[in-house]
Amino acid sequence: MSKQPHDHGHEHEHDDHRPTREDDDIELTEREATFLALKSLLIEQGVVTADEIRKRMEFNERGSPHQAARMIAKAWLDPDYKARMIDDTKAAAAELGIETTEAKLVTLENTPGRHNIVVCTLCSCYPRSLLGEPPAFYVSKAYRSRAVREPRQVLREFGVDIPERVDIAVHDSNADLRYVVMPMRPTGTDGMSEAELAALISRDCVVGCALPSEPDER
Amino acid sequence: MSEPKYEPGDRVQILDIGKPGHVRTPTYVRHKVGVIERYCGDFENPEDKAYGRWGGAPIALYRVRLMQSDLWPGYTGTPNDVLELEIYDHWLAPAAEEAA
Repeated sequence: MSKQPHDHGHEHEHDDHRPTREDDDIELTEREATFLALKSLLIEQGVVTADEIRKRMEFNERGSPHQAARMIAKAWLDPDYKARMIDDTKAAAAELGIETTEAKLVTLENTPGRHNIVVCTLCSCYPRSLLGEPPAFYVSKAYRSRAVREPRQVLREFGVDIPERVDIAVHDSNADLRYVVMPMRPTGTDGMSEAELAALISRDCVVGCALPSEPDER
Repeated sequence: MSEPKYEPGDRVQILDIGKPGHVRTPTYVRHKVGVIERYCGDFENPEDKAYGRWGGAPIALYRVRLMQSDLWPGYTGTPNDVLELEIYDHWLAPAAEEAA
């Protein structure tokens, strides 16, 4: 297989805050060094195996934003499904054959009067089953501290201008629940299929940091 | 499951119980007053689970709704902007009704 032209530029990006290997050309932070030391001790002592760690990481990465997008698109088309999704998001995922490992999932519905945005101020709690691993911005200290204090400015920096007539609800995902934002269906989407609608819903829409694209702006 | 102590709409104060370690009540909401948005179910205490103490009695978890203007001095959004988060029962106390 031919090497992608951009491979090299991306392979050293530190965007997941979970170093899993020692790069010989990047100095480790103290915490990264601690993490690697702890990991090798746990393996040496037989508490976990390297294979178990790798499998767990694969498991964590199974989710993808497409899962949440499928659910939201179905909810846009089927009011009964939407009601079930709001009532019990885990059960609604199971209806589509999507396995979820979160204890409890909550759907936050955007309305003409309310926009929802999700943040975990304490770490990086995230609905991984439905969205995969969180993006770099979500785990950044800047987002975690500013999304709660000045959500409107943060959203503007994402290119989302929430007018004053719309209230903002910030959801700090600080304990056992995990959240998905259900954006409003964009105009100009009449007659679109579930798959076409799902393609309008990005990961950031489900975190509340973006709005679904209009069909003609894709 | 135990009967939840609070119902949606109940006014509560978030406490600062001064507990160190892996606590899930962020500093910025401590001492603040809000209303119960919903009872979320009973969960094992993460303050124990973080240290390997599994199997404890589950405790009630609530979502509490706070007004942004109560949280941040000089908040620049609208007066109706809110923040919601999850607080365990032992970090909550009933709060007096708002003075009319």
